[in-house]
Amino acid sequence: MMSDFPEGQELEQFIKRRRQKGLIWRSLFLLATTLGVLVLMVLLLTILNKTLGYVAVRYRMEPDELVVALYRTIMLDASQTQTLANPADLTRGLAADPDGVGIMARADFEATGQGLRVVPITDLSLQGVVVVVSEANTWLTDLTSLELMRLFTIATTWSELRPEWPQRPIHRWLPPASSPALHAFIAQVYGEDPRTQPTEALVAMLAMHLSPGAMRQIMAEKPLSARTHEDFYQLLVDRVMEPTILETWSFSESILNRKAIQARVAAMPDARLEFRRWITWDFITSPQSSRPEFAGVRTAILGSLWVVFITLLFAIPVGIGAAIYLEEYGSGGWLDQLIESNINNLAGVPSIIYGMLGLAVFVRALEPLTSGSLFGLVDPATSNGRTVLSAGLTLGLLILPLIIINAREAIRAVPQAFREASLGLGATQWQTIWSHVLPNALPGILTGSILAISRAFGETAPLVVVGASTAIFLDPHGPFSKFTVLPIQIYQWTSRPQAAFQNLAAAAIIVLLALLLVMNGLAVYLRHKYRRTY
Amino acid sequence: MMNTSSPYVIETQDLNVFYGDFHAVKNVQLRIEKHKITALIGPSGCGKSTVLRCFNRMNDFIPTARIQGRVLFHGKNIYDPDVDPVQVRRRIGMVFQKPNPFPKSIYDNVAWGAKINGFRGDLDQLVEESLRRAALWDEVKDKLDANGYSLSGGQQQRLCIARALAVKPEVILMDEPTSALDPIASLRIEELMVQLAEEYTIIVVTHNMQQAARVSDYTAFFTVDEHRTGYLEEFGPTPEIFTTPKSRITEDYITGRFG
Ligand SMILES: Nc1ncnc2c1ncn2[C@@H]1O[C@H](COP(=O)(O)OP(=O)(O)OP(=O)(O)O)[C@@H](O)[C@H]1O
Ligand SMILES: [Mg+2]
Repeated sequence: MMSDFPEGQELEQFIKRRRQKGLIWRSLFLLATTLGVLVLMVLLLTILNKTLGYVAVRYRMEPDELVVALYRTIMLDASQTQTLANPADLTRGLAADPDGVGIMARADFEATGQGLRVVPITDLSLQGVVVVVSEANTWLTDLTSLELMRLFTIATTWSELRPEWPQRPIHRWLPPASSPALHAFIAQVYGEDPRTQPTEALVAMLAMHLSPGAMRQIMAEKPLSARTHEDFYQLLVDRVMEPTILETWSFSESILNRKAIQARVAAMPDARLEFRRWITWDFITSPQSSRPEFAGVRTAILGSLWVVFITLLFAIPVGIGAAIYLEEYGSGGWLDQLIESNINNLAGVPSIIYGMLGLAVFVRALEPLTSGSLFGLVDPATSNGRTVLSAGLTLGLLILPLIIINAREAIRAVPQAFREASLGLGATQWQTIWSHVLPNALPGILTGSILAISRAFGETAPLVVVGASTAIFLDPHGPFSKFTVLPIQIYQWTSRPQAAFQNLAAAAIIVLLALLLVMNGLAVYLRHKYRRTY
Repeated sequence: MMNTSSPYVIETQDLNVFYGDFHAVKNVQLRIEKHKITALIGPSGCGKSTVLRCFNRMNDFIPTARIQGRVLFHGKNIYDPDVDPVQVRRRIGMVFQKPNPFPKSIYDNVAWGAKINGFRGDLDQLVEESLRRAALWDEVKDKLDANGYSLSGGQQQRLCIARALAVKPEVILMDEPTSALDPIASLRIEELMVQLAEEYTIIVVTHNMQQAARVSDYTAFFTVDEHRTGYLEEFGPTPEIFTTPKSRITEDYITGRFG
């Protein structure tokens, strides 16, 4: 009997052909996915590349010089201290003084050091410089670095260092202030990074380099006792060190052209090469600044959070309410259909149009409300409706259709059987919605809302129209504040000519991406946590 | 709305149901006796579910559905404008074809209906009593906190019955309550129906002839006319319908000679 279907050899070939077709499509999809991931990776790497790398910095006062200057002053001012420019003089004087102790360049000691011996430091190996005593000294056989620190500053008698040592004054013999040996000694014993110095040392450094008037002004802003170590360090950077970034290099350049960069920076007068990480805690917590060395994203992050908070407050209740009405109460009449098709169309309107709407309605027409003057709450820095409130409401309008569509989808996905079961028990429609429809739709509603909110987070164009400030140094502190948001901050930085702002922009992009990632992660988590049990 | 002068719990008079322009069921005259089991049988699409849903106004939620005629509950037309459908459904409970527990704990499944209906007694006791009546207590008494969906299909259906019992209805409507269950589970539900009939009036839609013959006191046979409109072909005590049907069509259907 002849079959109408292929059989035998023909069947095999037929199946093989169908399989091949499937294979081709599969490879195409795989290719598309790989391509997408690849492009994304390249994008991310390009940005990350700019958030790390060498910078050429010029300081008004170099950090190590700051530390050295402080301890040099303390050491030279200590009691029973004399400086001798000629190493031979120092050797002669010290050799005759059993209560003396001195510092010399190792080379000088080797050349002239008759009658002296080197004191070994038990927990530190000094490079290029030695601590010496007279051969007539009988007790000083070794020193710890802690004892060494005290020996040349606050100690006055030997017995203060160790009780068994003689109760006689210490005589200190130092090379002159400008000598490299003294510099090397301080840098190795006391450190050269101001950040690691005790708070008192930082205060002393400030006092050393600022005029008494400037110090008084600082104390007037905030008493010294209320300031932290970090505060003082920041003051030192701002007022004394005053770094200027001359040039920046990306991570890949820093790795690949290291030699060339080093040579180039060496040729720049007064410039130092530093490896800088642009995303630091300081960057996140510092306010906006016109100097890239100090600029941070706190102002923009707070602005974004405030704006999105208002957006959320407005769009989520309204959106969910509208979705409930349309899904559960709407009769599907012509009015409902009109509303529905409007919502669907609104979701496709370009965001700049919402900006213009926000400008006309919230900034202009409702100015008394959005500027806060209606409530007598006008922010002195604002005198118009270009506030957090206007921006939040504009973004609220923008994501409202998204939230409604998402929430409707989630509500529709709740099985009709639950509604029927509930109503069949004599529940009212509202009881049914509240106890069964909403709880079961909630994960879907939340996921949709979070995704809509992250859209609002990244939105730029409408806020430019509504009037986000591009240069704002004050944190927003309420709905009536002027504001800027992260994407606008990024946009503003990218358009600045100085190289350092490009790195800042890259760092801010990473911050923005991280925030978005956190939100998307939250959405995934919620979806997983409340996944269906039915 | 209680009017005990009528001997019947539910009575339909000239009941017609339309879905939009489609005349789904015509001229149904049915009388449901107290504490009896009435089975609605007939070919697929003849309007059994439609009629059943008229008894507790579940058709209200189908926007296109339209009802003509009267459905008397203790002599009062439940479609009168002064009747609140919420009250009707509170007295006439329903068990659906597919088990549909709420995605909540077993306890909450049973207790929720009582709570929203303002139950003031001992909720734990009510839950236990309802689960016992639904012959489910022994199986779930140790895991009342478990999700309703952690039960087997047959247990879920008994949970739904317990849930319906917990609001103390007079009538229980069941739309093919065993069609999603295996024969053993089906038999348990059947036993349960017979027990429940001592206290409740039960109306059950079924495709299973043996089931109708085994459990019901009265049987209503529906079929469709040439416009595919359903109508009540024959109604009477179950033994009569199954042994001496008056109508040829009924006989054909019951003996399995139907199209
Ligand atoms: N919501 C609805 N909208 C439009 N027509 C419907 C609707 N529900 C049912 N119908 C139609 O009404 C008729 C009766 O349907 P019904 O569900 O009452 O049949 P049934 O007897 O319960 O069938 P089955 O035994 O298959 O469950 C069918 O022709 C069906 O297509
Ligand atoms: Mg049906």
